[in-house]
Amino acid sequence: MNSVLVEGKDPDATWWSAHSWFGASARERVRGLLDADSFEEFIGPEHREMSPHLSLFDLPEQFDDGMIVGRGLLDNAPVLIAAQEGRFMGGAFGEVHGAKLTGLLRAARDIRSMPVLILFDTGGVRLQEANAGELAISEIMRAVIEARLAGVPVVGLVGGRAGCYGGGSLIAGCCSAVAVSEHGRISVSGPEVIETNRGVEEFDSKDRALVWRTMGGKHRRLIGGAEMFADDTVPSFRDAARRLIKRAPPMNVATLDAEQYRLGKRIERFGACADAVDVWRSMGATEPQAIPALAYEEFVALADRLEEPALDAR
Amino acid sequence: MEHLNYRHTAQQRAPGSKRMALVGVVASGNLEVLVERVLPDRVCEVDIRTAAAGFGEIWRLVVADFVERRSPGGLKLSINDGGARPDMVSLRLAQAVRAIEGERL
Repeated sequence: MNSVLVEGKDPDATWWSAHSWFGASARERVRGLLDADSFEEFIGPEHREMSPHLSLFDLPEQFDDGMIVGRGLLDNAPVLIAAQEGRFMGGAFGEVHGAKLTGLLRAARDIRSMPVLILFDTGGVRLQEANAGELAISEIMRAVIEARLAGVPVVGLVGGRAGCYGGGSLIAGCCSAVAVSEHGRISVSGPEVIETNRGVEEFDSKDRALVWRTMGGKHRRLIGGAEMFADDTVPSFRDAARRLIKRAPPMNVATLDAEQYRLGKRIERFGACADAVDVWRSMGATEPQAIPALAYEEFVALADRLEEPALDAR
Repeated sequence: MEHLNYRHTAQQRAPGSKRMALVGVVASGNLEVLVERVLPDRVCEVDIRTAAAGFGEIWRLVVADFVERRSPGGLKLSINDGGARPDMVSLRLAQAVRAIEGERL
């Protein structure tokens, strides 16, 4: 199963409902998220806008540099959309990859009426393009804030194989709202980075259960790092995108003050916890150790019950 | 990186009216194929950039076999290769032609 750039007939609902977001390519996610045949790509692969840096390292390029941007319809309403291909260099941000997203967000700021969906799938900055990649992250963060100041909802969706790490997680933190699936992981530093810098006693990157309960979608949803928990299907993410666009908070000083207060409270309440299980217990979960194994519906019900007050923050 | 280019005469024009399609991804053992309908009806060109240098003869054989089997007249196929094996390359080339002919993959 793989990506087809040129649209075919609308894939039937059964096909999409069985289709894992995690396993889908970036192009399949875009196609399944939007209304049938409505996607129109900007700077598509035929333009061959590729990285100017990778050839210096004798590395292969990709025609879209791992970033797909364009516009389409969601429930017949126009949206702008960006998707990272996590299998190409871990979905990492390089100069061209980043510039495509910056341009999309600036267009959203100027147009004012089209929400933006960002389908994250990234390990962070592409090391071969270090400075250009870091600059791209800064430009994108600024562009997200400018779009939000212009009243545009910017919604992040996280559920890909590369997760949402490094600079990608900073951008997700700037979004109006984020939806994450169990497979999604959101964290500034990845497991190996923490272990390398702080030692295995601090964080054992080989302990998959530890990685998932510390950075995975369930924990992010419970502590308020993500507003919605999505099932690992294309229709579930479509539903999350639709809802989060509608409930995007305004971007103003009151929202930032509320966010600062919310984060302060989080440290106050959970700062002494040694593990995510301790956090869940102190939130009021009666069987916190059972949370990682909960099925989608059970977990959504639990998360709605335990939800931290949103405080009009973000 | 090695750059290879093969130009063939095909038996007939590839059916369909789509202008282009893209299949695959650049990853270890994988490749992407961008296929564009930009050439005269009987011409097929395959342009390859590969991370694995020194396999020109195998590429030549795989491409010749592809042109004979699929008759991709009028198509330019541009490949970014992350070190895919010949069987994977053959599958992606066939997939690319089916994509531009209009079949959903």
